[in-house]
Amino acid sequence: MAVLEIEGLVKTYAVPQGGREAVIDVPSFRIDEGELVALRGESGSGKTTLLHLVAGILAPDAGRVLIDGDDMAALPEAARDGLRARTIGYVFQTFNLLQGYTALENVELGMAFGRGIDGAAARVLLDRVGLGDRVDYRPAQLSVGQQQRVALARALANRPRLVLADEPTGNLDPVRAREAIELLLEVCKETGAALLLVSHDPAVLARFAKVHDLAAINRARATAGQR
Amino acid sequence: MSSLRVLRLVVARSLRQHALSTLVTAFSVALATGLVLSVYAIEAQARAAFTAGPTGYDAVLGARGSQLQLVLNTVFHLETSPGNIPWSLYETVKKDSRVALAVPYAVGDNYKGFRIVGTTTDAFPKEDVGANGRLAAGAGRVFDPACREAVLGSFVAAREGLSVGSKIHPYHDIVYDERQRHEDEYVVVGVRAPTNTPSDRVVWIPIEGIYRMKGHGLRGTGEMYVAKETEEIPDAAKEVSAVMLKLKSPGMGMQLQQTINTQGKVATLAWPIGAVMAELFDKLGWIYKVLTLIANLVCVVAAASILASIYNTISERRREFAILRALGARRSTVFAAIVTESATISAIGAVAGLAVYVAVMLGAAAVVRSETGVVLEIFKFHSVIVAAPLGMTALGALCGLVPAFKAYRTDVATHLAPSS
Repeated sequence: MAVLEIEGLVKTYAVPQGGREAVIDVPSFRIDEGELVALRGESGSGKTTLLHLVAGILAPDAGRVLIDGDDMAALPEAARDGLRARTIGYVFQTFNLLQGYTALENVELGMAFGRGIDGAAARVLLDRVGLGDRVDYRPAQLSVGQQQRVALARALANRPRLVLADEPTGNLDPVRAREAIELLLEVCKETGAALLLVSHDPAVLARFAKVHDLAAINRARATAGQR
Repeated sequence: MSSLRVLRLVVARSLRQHALSTLVTAFSVALATGLVLSVYAIEAQARAAFTAGPTGYDAVLGARGSQLQLVLNTVFHLETSPGNIPWSLYETVKKDSRVALAVPYAVGDNYKGFRIVGTTTDAFPKEDVGANGRLAAGAGRVFDPACREAVLGSFVAAREGLSVGSKIHPYHDIVYDERQRHEDEYVVVGVRAPTNTPSDRVVWIPIEGIYRMKGHGLRGTGEMYVAKETEEIPDAAKEVSAVMLKLKSPGMGMQLQQTINTQGKVATLAWPIGAVMAELFDKLGWIYKVLTLIANLVCVVAAASILASIYNTISERRREFAILRALGARRSTVFAAIVTESATISAIGAVAGLAVYVAVMLGAAAVVRSETGVVLEIFKFHSVIVAAPLGMTALGALCGLVPAFKAYRTDVATHLAPSS
């Protein structure tokens, strides 16, 4: 059964010369339940835009994004927020942890809009990623690798059906990057969550059995610069 | 429940992260709330104390002129006397069938700024005086009308460190000037128990003492008469500053007023005393309105400071909002968090404002007590004590709408930097 199905997904942006330019044009794409998939893409290829579209953070200009059969793109914003909270975990390249909050609170906030705050479950998750003794630390008090693990625990806080990971090792050294990917793959397998990871790092991509080229599935011509 | 926990968490963390600006803003709200409460309470308390406080009398009879001046002079011991009336008028009104008690007052001297009232022993309520003239409450006894003896109000005794047996010299005029000391020496024979009225600030001596004080003269006959020690003062020469009256029934005040104020030409009856004072407060009502306006403006300024302080943090917090939104928070949740934060700062300030109010009232009450003898009831409950903090909190929440709208419009994708 498909956790994620993309059909005719198009996203355009206005350009200074006038008119609009497509950055995402994906006719079809699919990830099945529990499947671990990597997308290879260079900087500026629209990786983040695609993940934002899948997560419902951005609304597409055309097409459908089905999460467990629910069309994310067709839902009103508030419903998209709810669906994202319940079914999707998101690991960002820069982790996007809330700086004023402890590790535990960051994970709890990951739960808050989905299944609801469960302090005990949040502690179990942090323990699972090796931070059981750092629950009361704030991000600034943690190493970069530890912050990444908090971000991972937060992404898994709602027992998501699909985990999106956007260059999750981009800020880590090779050793920490390998550890982070191993951990990500392990916990996704443990929880049965499907994983869609985007990266341009060959070492990361080598850990996946199934790797797609973003350029191959995205018909839009990627432009220079960040999206 | 989860949403409430999120709101509580987000608000608490923001307040902690911006602790200094939170404290400064809450402090300004506290001052504004305290100011509003104080202005209202002081006016209400002062009005109540001056218009409905216990005076012990129903009316005041005095020289032709201002009723207000008469009441201020004789009841509150604040103004100058409007003039004297002949002793015969006192005798007449004392015998009037509508009058239950008439007490003559002769004023115009002071003891170190405290008014001296020359009077008879009728000035002391019967329930306060026991056998042999002992003061039932307080210390000592009432004065002997034929001797140079004084009874002190409790505030005078406490302030000047006087007690039964102390000796005092009166000073001429109602304003204390040490060069104006009378040579006559009075012995303190009684100290009254506190009454929490202007009487606490009075020195009571026999009215004969006023008449016979060196330097005083009487013009009851129209000619100057100076009392001699061995000679009884003829009633025709005597004058009084006022006569304090208790009526047999309140309705008789109307008749007496008709007789004295409308038909007569030599005297004024101030009746009822509370209404005379209420007129003063009504005349001064514009001051209260101005103060209320200023206090409300201060509240608006304090609320605006909440708006400014939160609004200025929104830009730096947009990433936080974007992250919360990415985690599934609705725009309305972010909006509610900012409004709650604004209301919380305001509520903290409003509660602290109660402490400011108590501090201001303690100071104000001490000044009013010291200057007039009137006691303000600081802790007397009034709906404004609840309404003002609630109103301030609501105003704070209202001011939170502007930054909340700015936060509401945060674009998630733009502020989840960086992208790849």
